[in-house]
Amino acid sequence: MHRDHALTVHDHAPLAAGPAGPLRIGIGGPVGGGKTALVAALCRALGDRFSIVVVTNDIYTTEDADFLRRNGVLPDERIAAVRTGCCPHTAIRDDITANLDAVEELVARHDPDLVLVESGGDNLTATFSYGLVHAQIFVLDVAGGDKVPRKGGPGVTLSDLLVVNKIDLAPLVGADLEVMRRDADAVREGRPTVFLSLREQPDAGPVAQWVATQVAARRG
Amino acid sequence: MNPELLVLADARLPSGGHGHSGGVEALATRGLLRASADLALFLHGRLRTGGETIAAAAAAACLLAGTGAPEWAPWDAAVDARTPSAALRTASRGQGAALLRTVARAWPGPAITALHALVRPHHPIVLGAAAAGASATAEDAAALALHHLTGGAATAAVRLLGLDPLAVAAVTAELARAARPIAASAAAAARTAVAAGDPALLPAGGSPLHDVLAQLQESAEVTLFAS
Repeated sequence: MHRDHALTVHDHAPLAAGPAGPLRIGIGGPVGGGKTALVAALCRALGDRFSIVVVTNDIYTTEDADFLRRNGVLPDERIAAVRTGCCPHTAIRDDITANLDAVEELVARHDPDLVLVESGGDNLTATFSYGLVHAQIFVLDVAGGDKVPRKGGPGVTLSDLLVVNKIDLAPLVGADLEVMRRDADAVREGRPTVFLSLREQPDAGPVAQWVATQVAARRG
Repeated sequence: MNPELLVLADARLPSGGHGHSGGVEALATRGLLRASADLALFLHGRLRTGGETIAAAAAAACLLAGTGAPEWAPWDAAVDARTPSAALRTASRGQGAALLRTVARAWPGPAITALHALVRPHHPIVLGAAAAGASATAEDAAALALHHLTGGAATAAVRLLGLDPLAVAAVTAELARAARPIAASAAAAARTAVAAGDPALLPAGGSPLHDVLAQLQESAEVTLFAS
Protein backbone atom coordinates (compact mmCIF):
# COMPACT_ATOMS: atom_id res chain seq x y z
CA MET A 1 0.00 0.00 0.00
CA HIS A 2 1.47 3.34 -1.09
CA ARG A 3 -0.27 5.91 1.01
CA ASP A 4 1.70 8.78 -0.51
CA HIS A 5 1.24 7.56 -4.06
CA ALA A 6 1.43 10.20 -6.81
CA LEU A 7 0.97 13.26 -4.64
CA THR A 8 2.00 15.66 -7.34
CA VAL A 9 0.01 18.19 -9.29
CA HIS A 10 -0.97 16.28 -12.39
CA ASP A 11 -1.32 17.35 -15.99
CA HIS A 12 -5.09 17.62 -15.73
CA ALA A 13 -5.03 20.25 -12.99
CA PRO A 14 -7.52 22.88 -14.23
CA LEU A 15 -5.99 25.61 -12.08
CA ALA A 16 -5.38 27.97 -14.97
CA ALA A 17 -9.06 28.10 -15.82
CA GLY A 18 -12.15 28.49 -13.71
CA PRO A 19 -13.40 31.19 -11.39
CA ALA A 20 -11.38 34.22 -10.31
CA GLY A 21 -10.19 34.69 -6.75
CA PRO A 22 -8.85 32.24 -4.19
CA LEU A 23 -8.57 28.50 -4.70
CA ARG A 24 -11.89 26.67 -4.48
CA ILE A 25 -11.89 22.96 -3.82
CA GLY A 26 -15.03 20.85 -4.05
CA ILE A 27 -15.43 17.83 -1.78
CA GLY A 28 -17.99 15.29 -2.95
CA GLY A 29 -18.89 11.65 -2.51
CA PRO A 30 -21.56 9.28 -1.21
CA VAL A 31 -23.36 9.77 2.10
CA GLY A 32 -21.36 8.75 5.15
CA GLY A 33 -17.97 8.54 3.46
CA GLY A 34 -16.45 11.22 5.65
CA LYS A 35 -16.79 14.49 3.70
CA THR A 36 -17.61 16.59 6.76
CA ALA A 37 -14.90 14.82 8.76
CA LEU A 38 -12.42 15.62 5.97
CA VAL A 39 -13.47 19.29 5.94
CA ALA A 40 -12.93 19.40 9.71
CA ALA A 41 -9.54 17.68 9.34
CA LEU A 42 -8.41 20.12 6.66
CA CYS A 43 -9.46 23.11 8.74
CA ARG A 44 -7.56 21.66 11.68
CA ALA A 45 -4.44 20.82 9.64
CA LEU A 46 -4.29 23.99 7.52
CA GLY A 47 -6.15 26.57 9.58
CA ASP A 48 -3.00 28.11 11.03
CA ARG A 49 -1.35 28.45 7.58
CA PHE A 50 -4.32 29.54 5.49
CA SER A 51 -7.46 31.58 5.92
CA ILE A 52 -10.26 29.10 5.14
CA VAL A 53 -14.02 29.40 4.51
CA VAL A 54 -16.47 26.53 3.99
CA VAL A 55 -19.72 26.24 2.02
CA THR A 56 -21.70 23.18 3.00
CA ASN A 57 -24.56 21.72 0.96
CA ASP A 58 -25.43 18.92 3.31
CA ILE A 59 -28.61 18.87 5.33
CA TYR A 60 -27.56 21.59 7.67
CA THR A 61 -28.37 21.43 11.35
CA THR A 62 -27.00 23.02 14.47
CA GLU A 63 -25.18 19.74 15.08
CA ASP A 64 -23.23 20.18 11.84
CA ALA A 65 -22.15 23.66 12.87
CA ASP A 66 -21.21 22.30 16.28
CA PHE A 67 -19.26 19.51 14.61
CA LEU A 68 -17.15 21.97 12.63
CA ARG A 69 -16.83 24.37 15.55
CA ARG A 70 -15.66 21.61 17.86
CA ASN A 71 -13.53 19.67 15.41
CA GLY A 72 -12.43 22.13 12.82
CA VAL A 73 -11.74 25.28 14.78
CA LEU A 74 -13.76 27.19 12.22
CA PRO A 75 -15.92 30.02 13.51
CA ASP A 76 -19.58 30.09 12.44
CA GLU A 77 -19.21 33.20 10.32
CA ARG A 78 -16.80 31.33 8.04
CA ILE A 79 -19.39 28.65 7.23
CA ALA A 80 -22.31 29.17 4.81
CA ALA A 81 -25.04 26.61 4.18
CA VAL A 82 -26.78 26.21 0.83
CA ARG A 83 -30.00 24.22 0.64
CA THR A 84 -30.29 22.21 -2.53
CA GLY A 85 -33.93 21.09 -2.62
CA CYS A 86 -33.16 17.35 -2.50
CA CYS A 87 -30.76 17.68 -5.44
CA PRO A 88 -27.18 17.94 -4.17
CA HIS A 89 -25.71 17.11 -7.57
CA THR A 90 -27.71 19.89 -9.27
CA ALA A 91 -26.25 22.48 -6.90
CA ILE A 92 -22.64 21.55 -7.72
CA ARG A 93 -23.01 20.74 -11.40
CA ASP A 94 -26.04 21.90 -13.43
CA ASP A 95 -27.12 24.97 -11.49
CA ILE A 96 -24.24 26.31 -9.46
CA THR A 97 -25.73 29.78 -8.93
CA ALA A 98 -26.65 29.39 -5.26
CA ASN A 99 -23.20 28.01 -4.42
CA LEU A 100 -21.52 30.80 -6.42
CA ASP A 101 -23.53 33.27 -4.37
CA ALA A 102 -22.43 31.70 -1.09
CA VAL A 103 -18.78 31.44 -2.15
CA GLU A 104 -18.56 35.03 -3.36
CA GLU A 105 -20.18 36.37 -0.21
CA LEU A 106 -17.69 34.53 2.03
CA VAL A 107 -14.78 35.60 -0.17
CA ALA A 108 -15.87 39.24 -0.03
CA ARG A 109 -16.21 39.08 3.74
CA HIS A 110 -13.07 37.11 4.67
CA ASP A 111 -10.63 37.34 1.72
CA PRO A 112 -9.56 33.71 2.30
CA ASP A 113 -6.73 31.67 0.78
CA LEU A 114 -8.93 28.60 0.39
CA VAL A 115 -12.62 27.92 -0.15
CA LEU A 116 -13.93 24.42 0.55
CA VAL A 117 -17.30 23.55 -1.01
CA GLU A 118 -18.73 20.40 0.55
CA SER A 119 -21.41 18.70 -1.55
CA GLY A 120 -24.36 16.97 0.01
CA GLY A 121 -23.95 13.20 0.02
CA ASP A 122 -24.80 11.83 -3.39
CA ASN A 123 -24.13 8.96 -5.74
CA LEU A 124 -21.16 8.02 -7.89
CA THR A 125 -22.29 10.16 -10.83
CA ALA A 126 -21.98 13.43 -8.93
CA THR A 127 -19.26 15.79 -10.07
CA PHE A 128 -18.44 19.46 -9.54
CA SER A 129 -18.65 21.97 -12.35
CA TYR A 130 -15.35 23.74 -13.02
CA GLY A 131 -17.41 26.92 -13.13
CA LEU A 132 -17.74 26.52 -9.36
CA VAL A 133 -14.42 25.03 -8.22
CA HIS A 134 -10.84 24.77 -9.45
CA ALA A 135 -10.25 21.24 -8.21
CA GLN A 136 -12.29 18.48 -6.62
CA ILE A 137 -11.81 15.70 -4.12
CA PHE A 138 -14.06 12.64 -4.19
CA VAL A 139 -14.37 10.76 -0.89
CA LEU A 140 -15.25 7.06 -0.74
CA ASP A 141 -15.07 4.73 2.21
CA VAL A 142 -14.14 1.07 2.24
CA ALA A 143 -17.41 0.14 3.95
CA GLY A 144 -19.24 1.11 0.77
CA GLY A 145 -17.67 -1.93 -0.85
CA ASP A 146 -14.36 -2.52 -2.61
CA LYS A 147 -16.11 -2.69 -6.01
CA VAL A 148 -16.97 1.01 -6.00
CA PRO A 149 -13.83 2.17 -7.88
CA ARG A 150 -14.56 -0.42 -10.57
CA LYS A 151 -18.07 0.98 -11.00
CA GLY A 152 -16.46 4.26 -11.96
CA GLY A 153 -18.51 7.37 -12.60
CA PRO A 154 -17.14 10.90 -12.94
CA GLY A 155 -16.34 11.22 -9.22
CA VAL A 156 -14.08 8.18 -9.26
CA THR A 157 -12.54 8.70 -12.67
CA LEU A 158 -12.26 12.48 -13.04
CA SER A 159 -11.78 13.87 -9.51
CA ASP A 160 -8.45 15.61 -9.04
CA LEU A 161 -7.89 13.60 -5.86
CA LEU A 162 -9.67 10.39 -4.89
CA VAL A 163 -9.73 9.68 -1.16
CA VAL A 164 -10.57 6.20 0.15
CA ASN A 165 -11.43 6.67 3.82
CA LYS A 166 -11.96 4.33 6.78
CA ILE A 167 -9.26 1.86 5.77
CA ASP A 168 -9.18 0.75 9.42
CA LEU A 169 -12.52 -0.91 8.70
CA ALA A 170 -11.27 -2.87 5.68
CA PRO A 171 -10.72 -6.19 7.53
CA LEU A 172 -14.12 -5.89 9.22
CA VAL A 173 -16.07 -5.40 5.98
CA GLY A 174 -13.96 -7.70 3.83
CA ALA A 175 -12.69 -4.92 1.58
CA ASP A 176 -9.53 -5.56 -0.43
CA LEU A 177 -7.59 -2.28 -0.59
CA GLU A 178 -5.28 -3.57 -3.34
CA VAL A 179 -8.32 -4.26 -5.52
CA MET A 180 -9.56 -0.72 -4.87
CA ARG A 181 -6.13 0.69 -5.69
CA ARG A 182 -5.82 -1.31 -8.90
CA ASP A 183 -9.33 -0.47 -10.10
CA ALA A 184 -8.95 3.23 -9.30
CA ASP A 185 -5.56 3.45 -11.02
CA ALA A 186 -7.00 1.72 -14.09
CA VAL A 187 -9.54 4.48 -14.74
CA ARG A 188 -7.84 7.58 -13.29
CA GLU A 189 -5.13 8.12 -15.91
CA GLY A 190 -2.51 9.05 -13.35
CA ARG A 191 -4.67 11.22 -11.11
CA PRO A 192 -3.75 10.56 -7.47
CA THR A 193 -5.61 8.35 -5.01
CA VAL A 194 -4.91 8.30 -1.27
CA PHE A 195 -6.00 5.70 1.27
CA LEU A 196 -6.44 6.79 4.87
CA SER A 197 -8.43 6.52 8.05
CA LEU A 198 -9.53 9.92 9.26
CA ARG A 199 -10.13 8.38 12.67
CA GLU A 200 -6.51 7.29 12.90
CA GLN A 201 -5.10 10.28 10.96
CA PRO A 202 -7.23 13.19 12.16
CA ASP A 203 -4.94 15.66 10.36
CA ALA A 204 -5.69 13.96 6.99
CA GLY A 205 -1.93 14.15 6.31
CA PRO A 206 -1.68 13.32 2.59
CA VAL A 207 -4.90 15.16 1.69
CA ALA A 208 -3.83 18.28 3.60
CA GLN A 209 -0.47 18.11 1.82
CA TRP A 210 -2.20 17.88 -1.57
CA VAL A 211 -4.50 20.81 -0.74
CA ALA A 212 -1.55 22.92 0.45
CA THR A 213 0.20 22.21 -2.86
CA GLN A 214 -2.88 23.37 -4.77
CA VAL A 215 -3.11 26.58 -2.73
CA ALA A 216 0.57 27.28 -3.45
CA ALA A 217 0.07 26.60 -7.16
CA ARG A 218 -2.93 28.97 -7.24
CA ARG A 219 -0.95 31.73 -5.55
CA GLY A 220 1.82 31.21 -8.15
CA MET B 1 -43.60 30.24 -30.93
CA ASN B 2 -40.41 32.00 -29.86
CA PRO B 3 -37.73 29.33 -29.23
CA GLU B 4 -35.75 31.64 -26.92
CA LEU B 5 -38.68 31.65 -24.53
CA LEU B 6 -38.38 27.88 -24.19
CA VAL B 7 -34.85 28.40 -22.87
CA LEU B 8 -36.12 30.89 -20.29
CA ALA B 9 -38.96 28.55 -19.33
CA ASP B 10 -36.69 25.55 -18.94
CA ALA B 11 -36.04 24.55 -15.33
CA ARG B 12 -32.59 23.40 -16.48
CA LEU B 13 -31.55 27.03 -17.06
CA PRO B 14 -29.27 27.83 -14.09
CA SER B 15 -31.38 30.07 -11.86
CA GLY B 16 -31.24 28.61 -8.36
CA GLY B 17 -34.87 27.55 -8.65
CA HIS B 18 -34.26 23.93 -7.69
CA GLY B 19 -33.53 24.99 -4.12
CA HIS B 20 -36.95 26.58 -3.59
CA SER B 21 -40.26 24.78 -3.02
CA GLY B 22 -42.67 27.74 -3.10
CA GLY B 23 -44.10 26.85 0.31
CA VAL B 24 -44.56 23.16 -0.48
CA GLU B 25 -41.97 21.89 2.01
CA ALA B 26 -43.56 23.85 4.86
CA LEU B 27 -46.98 22.47 3.86
CA ALA B 28 -45.73 18.91 3.44
CA THR B 29 -43.89 18.73 6.76
CA ARG B 30 -47.08 19.85 8.53
CA GLY B 31 -49.25 17.26 6.79
CA LEU B 32 -51.17 20.00 4.98
CA LEU B 33 -50.21 18.79 1.53
CA ARG B 34 -50.43 15.04 0.95
CA ALA B 35 -51.71 14.50 -2.59
CA SER B 36 -51.63 16.05 -6.04
CA ALA B 37 -55.15 17.40 -5.47
CA ASP B 38 -53.86 19.39 -2.47
CA LEU B 39 -51.06 20.74 -4.64
CA ALA B 40 -53.57 21.81 -7.29
CA LEU B 41 -55.74 23.65 -4.75
CA PHE B 42 -52.77 25.46 -3.23
CA LEU B 43 -51.34 26.53 -6.58
CA HIS B 44 -54.66 27.63 -8.10
CA GLY B 45 -54.94 29.95 -5.11
CA ARG B 46 -51.39 31.19 -5.56
CA LEU B 47 -51.94 31.91 -9.26
CA ARG B 48 -54.96 34.12 -8.62
CA THR B 49 -53.39 36.08 -5.74
CA GLY B 50 -49.66 36.55 -5.30
CA GLY B 51 -49.12 34.93 -8.70
CA GLU B 52 -50.83 37.72 -10.59
CA THR B 53 -48.75 40.23 -8.62
CA ILE B 54 -45.39 38.74 -9.59
CA ALA B 55 -46.61 38.12 -13.15
CA ALA B 56 -47.46 41.82 -13.48
CA ALA B 57 -44.04 42.79 -12.10
CA ALA B 58 -42.36 40.52 -14.66
CA ALA B 59 -44.51 41.95 -17.46
CA ALA B 60 -43.68 45.49 -16.38
CA ALA B 61 -39.97 44.67 -16.30
CA CYS B 62 -40.25 43.26 -19.81
CA LEU B 63 -41.89 46.47 -21.08
CA LEU B 64 -39.36 48.66 -19.25
CA ALA B 65 -36.38 46.70 -20.54
CA GLY B 66 -37.58 47.36 -24.07
CA THR B 67 -36.89 51.06 -23.46
CA GLY B 68 -33.14 50.63 -22.94
CA ALA B 69 -31.60 51.06 -19.48
CA PRO B 70 -34.53 51.90 -17.20
CA GLU B 71 -34.45 53.21 -13.65
CA TRP B 72 -35.16 49.87 -11.99
CA ALA B 73 -35.16 50.83 -8.32
CA PRO B 74 -38.80 52.00 -7.96
CA TRP B 75 -40.09 48.88 -9.72
CA ASP B 76 -37.92 46.61 -7.60
CA ALA B 77 -39.17 48.45 -4.52
CA ALA B 78 -42.74 47.81 -5.68
CA VAL B 79 -42.06 44.06 -5.48
CA ASP B 80 -40.60 44.56 -2.00
CA ALA B 81 -43.73 46.41 -0.93
CA ARG B 82 -45.91 43.56 -2.22
CA THR B 83 -43.91 40.87 -0.39
CA PRO B 84 -44.70 41.20 3.33
CA SER B 85 -42.71 38.11 4.37
CA ALA B 86 -39.04 38.92 4.97
CA ALA B 87 -38.17 35.30 4.17
CA LEU B 88 -39.90 35.57 0.80
CA ARG B 89 -38.15 38.84 0.03
CA THR B 90 -34.84 37.10 0.71
CA ALA B 91 -35.85 34.12 -1.42
CA SER B 92 -36.98 36.34 -4.29
CA ARG B 93 -33.79 38.41 -4.18
CA GLY B 94 -31.67 35.25 -3.98
CA GLN B 95 -33.34 33.77 -7.04
CA GLY B 96 -33.15 37.12 -8.81
CA ALA B 97 -29.40 37.31 -8.19
CA ALA B 98 -28.98 33.70 -9.35
CA LEU B 99 -30.94 34.26 -12.55
CA LEU B 100 -29.11 37.53 -13.20
CA ARG B 101 -25.81 35.61 -13.29
CA THR B 102 -27.14 33.51 -16.13
CA VAL B 103 -29.01 36.15 -18.12
CA ALA B 104 -26.05 38.55 -17.98
CA ARG B 105 -24.21 35.89 -20.00
CA ALA B 106 -27.08 34.66 -22.16
CA TRP B 107 -28.96 37.89 -22.97
CA PRO B 108 -26.58 40.77 -22.25
CA GLY B 109 -27.75 44.30 -22.91
CA PRO B 110 -28.19 47.74 -21.33
CA ALA B 111 -31.33 46.76 -19.39
CA ILE B 112 -29.54 43.79 -17.81
CA THR B 113 -26.44 45.86 -17.09
CA ALA B 114 -28.61 48.46 -15.34
CA LEU B 115 -30.02 45.69 -13.09
CA HIS B 116 -26.59 45.24 -11.52
CA ALA B 117 -27.08 48.62 -9.82
CA LEU B 118 -29.62 46.89 -7.56
CA VAL B 119 -27.10 44.26 -6.37
CA ARG B 120 -29.83 41.68 -5.66
CA PRO B 121 -32.91 42.50 -7.75
CA HIS B 122 -36.17 40.62 -7.23
CA HIS B 123 -36.73 37.51 -9.33
CA PRO B 124 -39.72 38.75 -11.40
CA ILE B 125 -37.81 41.90 -12.33
CA VAL B 126 -34.84 39.89 -13.63
CA LEU B 127 -37.12 37.39 -15.34
CA GLY B 128 -39.05 40.15 -17.12
CA ALA B 129 -35.86 41.91 -18.22
CA ALA B 130 -34.45 38.62 -19.50
CA ALA B 131 -37.71 37.95 -21.34
CA ALA B 132 -37.33 41.28 -23.14
CA GLY B 133 -33.82 40.23 -24.15
CA ALA B 134 -35.38 37.09 -25.59
CA SER B 135 -37.85 39.21 -27.62
CA ALA B 136 -40.82 38.28 -25.43
CA THR B 137 -44.10 40.16 -25.09
CA ALA B 138 -45.38 41.38 -21.73
CA GLU B 139 -47.89 38.50 -21.81
CA ASP B 140 -45.03 36.05 -22.36
CA ALA B 141 -43.13 37.47 -19.39
CA ALA B 142 -46.20 37.18 -17.16
CA ALA B 143 -46.77 33.60 -18.31
CA LEU B 144 -43.12 32.75 -17.60
CA ALA B 145 -43.44 34.04 -14.04
CA LEU B 146 -46.55 31.90 -13.47
CA HIS B 147 -44.90 28.89 -15.12
CA HIS B 148 -41.95 29.03 -12.72
CA LEU B 149 -44.24 29.59 -9.74
CA THR B 150 -46.18 26.39 -10.43
CA GLY B 151 -43.30 24.36 -11.86
CA GLY B 152 -40.97 24.86 -8.91
CA ALA B 153 -43.64 23.95 -6.38
CA ALA B 154 -44.81 20.92 -8.36
CA THR B 155 -41.27 19.54 -8.68
CA ALA B 156 -40.69 20.02 -4.96
CA ALA B 157 -43.88 18.10 -4.18
CA VAL B 158 -42.69 15.17 -6.28
CA ARG B 159 -39.31 15.14 -4.57
CA LEU B 160 -40.60 15.55 -1.02
CA LEU B 161 -43.70 13.36 -1.06
CA GLY B 162 -43.08 10.87 -3.82
CA LEU B 163 -46.23 12.01 -5.60
CA ASP B 164 -46.90 10.33 -8.93
CA PRO B 165 -45.06 12.61 -11.38
CA LEU B 166 -47.60 11.83 -14.12
CA ALA B 167 -50.45 12.98 -11.88
CA VAL B 168 -48.47 16.10 -11.04
CA ALA B 169 -47.86 16.73 -14.74
CA ALA B 170 -51.64 16.72 -15.23
CA VAL B 171 -51.92 19.26 -12.40
CA THR B 172 -49.32 21.55 -13.97
CA ALA B 173 -50.99 21.35 -17.37
CA GLU B 174 -54.31 22.35 -15.81
CA LEU B 175 -52.56 25.17 -13.94
CA ALA B 176 -51.07 26.37 -17.22
CA ARG B 177 -54.57 26.59 -18.71
CA ALA B 178 -55.72 28.53 -15.66
CA ALA B 179 -52.68 30.82 -15.94
CA ARG B 180 -53.51 32.09 -19.43
CA PRO B 181 -56.16 34.71 -18.47
CA ILE B 182 -54.17 35.65 -15.37
CA ALA B 183 -51.11 36.36 -17.50
CA ALA B 184 -53.27 38.48 -19.81
CA SER B 185 -54.72 40.57 -16.99
CA ALA B 186 -51.30 40.92 -15.35
CA ALA B 187 -49.82 42.15 -18.63
CA ALA B 188 -52.67 44.63 -19.09
CA ALA B 189 -52.12 46.02 -15.61
CA ALA B 190 -48.38 46.24 -16.30
CA ARG B 191 -48.99 48.22 -19.50
CA THR B 192 -51.11 50.71 -17.56
CA ALA B 193 -48.49 51.08 -14.82
CA VAL B 194 -45.57 51.43 -17.25
CA ALA B 195 -47.46 53.90 -19.45
CA ALA B 196 -48.10 56.02 -16.36
CA GLY B 197 -44.54 55.51 -15.13
CA ASP B 198 -46.04 54.54 -11.78
CA PRO B 199 -45.19 51.19 -10.13
CA ALA B 200 -47.87 51.85 -7.50
CA LEU B 201 -50.43 50.93 -10.18
CA LEU B 202 -49.17 47.33 -10.32
CA PRO B 203 -51.54 44.71 -8.85
CA ALA B 204 -50.94 44.06 -5.16
CA GLY B 205 -52.72 40.79 -4.43
CA GLY B 206 -51.07 38.57 -1.87
CA SER B 207 -51.12 35.01 -0.54
CA PRO B 208 -51.07 35.26 3.27
CA LEU B 209 -50.73 31.49 3.71
CA HIS B 210 -47.65 31.52 1.50
CA ASP B 211 -46.18 34.38 3.56
CA VAL B 212 -46.75 32.46 6.81
CA LEU B 213 -45.31 29.25 5.35
CA ALA B 214 -42.17 31.09 4.25
CA GLN B 215 -41.61 32.43 7.75
CA LEU B 216 -42.15 28.95 9.24
CA GLN B 217 -39.75 27.45 6.71
CA GLU B 218 -37.08 30.00 7.57
CA SER B 219 -37.30 29.28 11.30
CA ALA B 220 -37.29 25.47 10.94
CA GLU B 221 -34.04 23.84 12.00
CA VAL B 222 -33.77 21.26 9.22
CA THR B 223 -35.07 22.02 5.75
CA LEU B 224 -34.14 20.74 2.32
CA PHE B 225 -35.38 23.80 0.43
CA ALA B 226 -34.42 27.41 1.04
CA SER B 227 -38.07 28.47 0.77
